[in-house]
Amino acid sequence: MIQLDNICIQAGAFALKNVSFSIPAGGCGVLMGRTGSGKTTILECIIGLRRVSSGSIQICDRDVTRLNPALRGIGYVPQDGAMFSRMSVRDHLAFALQIRRTPGKQIAERVDELSTLLGITHLLARRPAGLSGGEAQRVALGRALSFRPNVLCLDEPLSALDSDTRHEMCELLDTVRQQTQVTTLYVTHSPQEAEILGDRLLRLERGRIVEHQPLSP
Amino acid sequence: MTDSVSRYDTPGGRGKSNTPVQDVGNIVLSNRLFYTCMIVIGGTYVLLIVALLLADAWYVVEKTAVAAADSADPWKSMLTDNPVSVALADPKIQYSIRLSLLSCTLSAVLSVIVAVPIGYILSRHAFPGKRLLDAVLDIPIVLPPLVVGLSLLILFQFRPFAYVARDMVYQIPAVVLAQFSVACAFAVRTMKSTFDHIDPRCEQVAVALGSSRAQAFGWVVLPEASQGVMTAFTLAWARSLGEFGPLLIFAGATRMKTEVLSTTVFLEMNIGNIEAAVAVSLIMVVAAVTVLIITRVWGSRETVL
Repeated sequence: MIQLDNICIQAGAFALKNVSFSIPAGGCGVLMGRTGSGKTTILECIIGLRRVSSGSIQICDRDVTRLNPALRGIGYVPQDGAMFSRMSVRDHLAFALQIRRTPGKQIAERVDELSTLLGITHLLARRPAGLSGGEAQRVALGRALSFRPNVLCLDEPLSALDSDTRHEMCELLDTVRQQTQVTTLYVTHSPQEAEILGDRLLRLERGRIVEHQPLSP
Repeated sequence: MTDSVSRYDTPGGRGKSNTPVQDVGNIVLSNRLFYTCMIVIGGTYVLLIVALLLADAWYVVEKTAVAAADSADPWKSMLTDNPVSVALADPKIQYSIRLSLLSCTLSAVLSVIVAVPIGYILSRHAFPGKRLLDAVLDIPIVLPPLVVGLSLLILFQFRPFAYVARDMVYQIPAVVLAQFSVACAFAVRTMKSTFDHIDPRCEQVAVALGSSRAQAFGWVVLPEASQGVMTAFTLAWARSLGEFGPLLIFAGATRMKTEVLSTTVFLEMNIGNIEAAVAVSLIMVVAAVTVLIITRVWGSRETVL
């Protein structure tokens, strides 16, 4: 689960005060709001890329407010994919496991499993340069899921895609989420994506979180 | 139709389409003129560069022709008596070429080793005194070269530097240090702009995936920066090859000891041997252009892969 208690963030002239919400284990919270409302800022605080001035962040009942991002165990899919241009798709999927010194055989198994799940088996040897937007986001998703994180954070992952690909990716995300049961925080400004994926809808309005009723099951 | 057009033409005057649209003049002619000016101004400089190199080459060709005309076997003479061959056969110049290649490579390697961390810190982190540090790093670029040399010489009067002064000043290490002092500043600039152009998001993802700062740097950032590293190396190498002022003061111009190619040109000019000076200059041109081509080819191949 993800729980934020009275988080205050100060970033230059921009400030968020007393933001609180929680996403239950295995759930998918969708964080919505206008551009510049601070959605990404909140996400960065959860991941640990930005410090909070006060408040606490808990992930799976562990206080991670001051914890190094590397130790939080969060899979992160940024908006533009942020692919590692010098690594092959296979290296992307293996990266987090290599960092954890997982034995080679297990890495290979995990890469196989993930690439089948995401439908990117045929891309494994390729570099990111030639991938389409949808393919790149599948790889980014696989990279984030590779080490079986407790929590998955996605920052408008589909905003750069065309509507067909977006719909396809949305369904894929839903499938992946149901299979892995990973707690997810999904930042978007698309109501359609929110409807397909979210079971808890959070809207950031003027620096406050307004929680909507859970959507249809 | 008329209504919608007039609305855009005369803001505020909705419906009044009487005011004629002001003519912007002959846009095609204006654009042509613009590009002609751009090309003429830019082209002048490009011509100057090419003309400089051609003049050197032509000078050598002319001297070769003269040597060949005087000789009994013009073809053989063309090969052996042309200024470049004469220069290459001179043991003093051979020594100078070897020392140049060695010292430039050493100073370029050192420059890159130092420039990568400085460039990375400057590009990624904000800290008090950052602007000052940034300005300090530009000092070797703006300082007159002779002053760099003199300052190095003075520095080695003081402890702890004075302890090694005997093995440094007017010795080969002084050549490398003098070249490094200036070349490194150029490498730092290159590395900073390289890291500026790499999306910090990649590192952030790597960190979120569980890597330490060092792992994120080594596995993600440095491979992305490889082309910038090559550029920094080339720039530092070429800069070192051309270094002269600091060398003259700090390392001296002793033949067969601290003589590098730029020193050779100076020494040959001093004794009035312009032919040798031009020949050595051509050797330097070839060396610099070769390094440039190697890195460009390497760089573009990397991007294709």
